[in-house]
Amino acid sequence: MSIMEYNGGSVVAMVGKGCVAIASDLRLGNQALGISSNFQKIFPITDHIYLGLPGLATDVTTLKEQFRYRVNMYTIKEEREIEPEAFAHLVSSTLYERRFGPFFIEPVMAGLTKKPSGEYKPFIAASDLIGCLNFAKDFVVAGTASSKLFGVAEGLWEPGLEPEDLFETISQTLLNAVDRDAYSGWGAVVHVM
Amino acid sequence: MASADGGAYSYSLTVFSPSGKLVQIEHALAAVSQGTTSLGIKASNGIVIATEKKSSSILVDDSMIERVAVICPNIGIVYSGMGPDFRVLVARARKSAQAYWKIYGEYPPTRVLTQELANIMQQATHSGGIRPFGVSLLVAGWDVNRGSTLYQVDPSGSYWAWKASAIGKNMVNAKTFLEKRYNDDISLEDAIHTALLTLKEGFEGQMTEKTIEIGVVTVPTEEDLEGWSISSANTRPKPTFRKLTEEEVRDYLAL
Repeated sequence: MSIMEYNGGSVVAMVGKGCVAIASDLRLGNQALGISSNFQKIFPITDHIYLGLPGLATDVTTLKEQFRYRVNMYTIKEEREIEPEAFAHLVSSTLYERRFGPFFIEPVMAGLTKKPSGEYKPFIAASDLIGCLNFAKDFVVAGTASSKLFGVAEGLWEPGLEPEDLFETISQTLLNAVDRDAYSGWGAVVHVM
Repeated sequence: MASADGGAYSYSLTVFSPSGKLVQIEHALAAVSQGTTSLGIKASNGIVIATEKKSSSILVDDSMIERVAVICPNIGIVYSGMGPDFRVLVARARKSAQAYWKIYGEYPPTRVLTQELANIMQQATHSGGIRPFGVSLLVAGWDVNRGSTLYQVDPSGSYWAWKASAIGKNMVNAKTFLEKRYNDDISLEDAIHTALLTLKEGFEGQMTEKTIEIGVVTVPTEEDLEGWSISSANTRPKPTFRKLTEEEVRDYLAL
């Protein structure tokens, strides 16, 4: 039994046309035993960044607070909000600090980057538990249903989705994937930016 | 004798005088004002920092002397005062810039690096067993957030942003000169010439590419910025700060 599957839970993020979406289930379990159907694992970081933390529940709480602290310090010191790219690197370096005793979390990020021209560019990224970043152009998945999410997302996602269609795509992807995973499910939440 | 753990007799040299002054800092500022003149001018499309590099003897190999230092691709600094102290600060600043890069995947904004330097210099004013840094710095850089900015840091650790400033010997004259010459929409080319003209005012001896050092910040174009996104992580962004080569300095002096 892997510690990554101890509490269960899954997150997925997708890119659309001028928008991004991130979704997760709400289950907290003790192996096969369901404990809660309202366990939040997606957190707002700034007005333009959301962070999903699937994995060991105790580390979800620890990392959420850790990132809140680091992002607040950044905002005060730099007198500006952190950009998604810089935040992704912050996530990566925070996890790599614990290279030989890692947090059992595989983060997923979704955000909108402000370009010099003023318009917003969709941004998604995922990382493994020691901070190896994956900047995908289409979608990223993580958690106990990741293999299933991958398959469904591969089938449903298409480029240039408008916000409404992106919402439908990510919702169906998550729902159909968690139905095929005993450790994920028990409610879901979707954010579209 | 003072014990290794900093016993009762290892007092800091920076103790307040009864009049409320920190005499050591005043002395540090005196060391700065004996140093060679350095100046910085912010232009509409960049910044120029310049200094004279004087060697005490004609026998000195002046290719060794570096008074304008690159900290990271977007920031450079120049100093007036004590050379060895500057070297220490350059090493600390470069290390700090790389540490920032390791965390955020980008180089620090000019303001953050300036604060870092100011912190180091401030700590030297109240730590036991050490003296304040005998240098003033001009920090010039470009970042996405604030564009191009020019800061001055003093031995006390205080820092300000300037449109144009001068430090070192003749700083009062140079500043008056700059005040007369400066306007908000000066171009970088004009700023470089103004910088050389200002240095000329108090210059002893011949101004050549061997006795002048210049660094410039250039503002990147829209296309440059577009190309710097994560997707093209393999292409290095073009540095926004660079030192002018001796050839370039010679060309500016000839004009």
